[in-house]
Amino acid sequence: MTYGPQTIGVGLFAFLALLGAAFAADPLFAQHMGILAIVLAIATVVMLRRQFFAPAKTKVDTGYMDEVVRYGSIATMAWGIVGLLVGVVVALQLAWPAFNIEPWFTFGRMRPLHTSAVIFAFGGNALIATSFYVVQRTSRARLFGGDLAWFVFWGYQLFIVMAATGYLLGITQSREYAEPEWYVDLWLTVVWVAYLVVFLGTILKRKEPHIYVANWFYLAFIVTIAMLHVVNNLAIPVSFLGVKSYSAFAGVQDALTQWWYGHNAVGFFLTAGFLGMMYYFVPKQAARPIYSYRLSIIHFWALIFLYIWAGPHHLHYTALPDWAQTLGMVFSIMLWMPSWGGMINGLMTLSGAWDKIRTDPIIRMMVAAIAFYGMSTFEGPVMSIKAVNSLSHYTDWTIGHVHSGALGWVGLISFAAIYHMVPKLWARERLYSVRMVTWHFWLAMLGIVVYAAVMWVSGIMQGLMWREYDAQGFLVYSFAETVQAMFPYYVMRAIGGALYLAGALIMAFNITMTILGHQREEQPIGAPVAKAPSSLQPAE
Amino acid sequence: MALMDKHAILERNATLLLAGSLLVVTVGGIVEIAPLFYLENTIEKVEGMRPYSPLELAGRNIYIREGCYVCHSQMVRPFRDEVERYGHYSLAAESMYDRPFQWGSKRTGPDLARVGDRYSNEWHVQHLMDPRSVVPESIMPSYAFLKDTPLDPRGFSTHLVANQRLGVPYTDDMVAVAEADLTAQADPNAAQTDLLARYPKAKIGNFDGDPQALTEMDALVAYLQMLGTLIDFETYDETAGYR
Repeated sequence: MTYGPQTIGVGLFAFLALLGAAFAADPLFAQHMGILAIVLAIATVVMLRRQFFAPAKTKVDTGYMDEVVRYGSIATMAWGIVGLLVGVVVALQLAWPAFNIEPWFTFGRMRPLHTSAVIFAFGGNALIATSFYVVQRTSRARLFGGDLAWFVFWGYQLFIVMAATGYLLGITQSREYAEPEWYVDLWLTVVWVAYLVVFLGTILKRKEPHIYVANWFYLAFIVTIAMLHVVNNLAIPVSFLGVKSYSAFAGVQDALTQWWYGHNAVGFFLTAGFLGMMYYFVPKQAARPIYSYRLSIIHFWALIFLYIWAGPHHLHYTALPDWAQTLGMVFSIMLWMPSWGGMINGLMTLSGAWDKIRTDPIIRMMVAAIAFYGMSTFEGPVMSIKAVNSLSHYTDWTIGHVHSGALGWVGLISFAAIYHMVPKLWARERLYSVRMVTWHFWLAMLGIVVYAAVMWVSGIMQGLMWREYDAQGFLVYSFAETVQAMFPYYVMRAIGGALYLAGALIMAFNITMTILGHQREEQPIGAPVAKAPSSLQPAE
Repeated sequence: MALMDKHAILERNATLLLAGSLLVVTVGGIVEIAPLFYLENTIEKVEGMRPYSPLELAGRNIYIREGCYVCHSQMVRPFRDEVERYGHYSLAAESMYDRPFQWGSKRTGPDLARVGDRYSNEWHVQHLMDPRSVVPESIMPSYAFLKDTPLDPRGFSTHLVANQRLGVPYTDDMVAVAEADLTAQADPNAAQTDLLARYPKAKIGNFDGDPQALTEMDALVAYLQMLGTLIDFETYDETAGYR
């Protein structure tokens, strides 16, 4: 297949980017457009030479459009490593400021790089790849729109590259998890609409009478993120050839719009989408049906309705009006119920298959992910209570909470989904090594526990130090003293993160070897050891 | 249950499912956000708030570019310890011209909502160039390059125009002289009466200690030095301000 018009299109955009660099209104825009021109020029050359990077071509033809899912799985793994690595670096920067290299690699520019790399690059690719995998199989239909799926994949990678390079150059809107500037936002909007078209189109041409529950969650995630993204990024650019824009909203309205977005980036990007993943991969891996169909209906509608209201709990005791804060708190607490509905539905799916936790480390990873989902969605409502929030807000407790959700729930369920998909996508009998999955599991688990526990201690400690009074009624600690007290915890946190990264590196090796078609010779887990004396065999 | 059986209609119709989901997720945002735009008591009535001067706005853009908000909040909560540590709790009115807001979500460093006038210009420059030379416990990155990066005032009026379009009360006069104002605020020898009439309480000075060049350090320090100084809390009447 040749891609004549597409190649010309990419080449044309490379030229336009070059023009943008030449006529830029500010130096940052010139640099960013220069990067874009180089990226697109490379893409043009690749397309002209018709190079394909499909590793180890397989002969299997499922009838589904799986090549884009294969690319997506590899991209997920690669961006995951990048995001975790940047995470470890920023953790080290907090412990030892010497790791800051001005101007490009200071904490202020690196932290958005970390959050975006894990949420949008790792999480986003995991969601796109698994949603394409799931929607085809549960609809028994090929992806709608043909090569449009490729546009979604590559367009999304371009968004990631532009966002990431922008942060390091200092191009940011300063809206947490929505930092990219107006022109990158516009590009993401185009890609996202294409994503919705591919996904919805595939559902519409399905051969199954019912839309499977996983697809409800994916669909709700895609459409809600579209709404949040468009509203939260409303802004007027200073110049159409410049990076800077000013938000359409100001002050208190801007704050609530941002956290309406920010909380639902968690609620829909990191929760609803990954619940879709859970609803397909857990039953598949366990070979059991979903526990309760009714529960899935109730918790789906309750979850998407309630989540949207929870934003104001990020603004407790600020200048946001009290009524909005209280409303946010009440809905955050109610949100506990549908969240646990999802957890119960996921965990109970293992009814009759609990023994697999012992023999199948992928199942073990899924169970741990769902357990962490349950824990974070309990911790969240607790922290949204105003009295608790007065202590926890502005401290590391919040960071710990986010990471038990991100590393525990989002990370583990994505890893498990990839472990499940890769042998099937490349027609391998099994993973290169199942025992390495066990190693990955325990390293990840240890990393999360260290991370979360350390952040609880440091967060609660710092919160208490800030408000500590002596007998004479004076504040006991200066701010600098509370910073100094954080040092050992920042070091331990970096170690926790490094453990989690180590697990992901083992996974990357395992996945690579699987794709290349190797199999490690090893005892299956749970099988009797070869040399075991026969007297220890269980009775028939 | 009959209601549950009806759900099959949604499960068989993707368009209905999409429309239903979208409907359900829009409610919360509309109920919580929309009233903030018309309820009068959302933003207090106060004396003293004004749009940022061009130099302050340029400094604010550097504050945003460097991601200062990642570690510094600008929102003092109404608690005894915070009020003692940072000053009067923050009012909604104080960020009425902030596009975007800079309230922050994490205090790896202290709150900066009222950092203006607390330290000298020299302290800020020294602290930004080498934080640990003035605060040994600090874990802040150094920003020495700001002092070597010239600030180009040309074309800055477009920033005021963009804000004007969004409803920030910059007058056409302010836009016309924006670039001159930007330079003048960092030059103690320039005539300042007009500048102060346009932007009351603006801090004027050679912020970075180098009279020759207008640098990004000048702008950032000018911004930091005005934070929280516009409202006079000696005369602020909480009951009158609350609408």
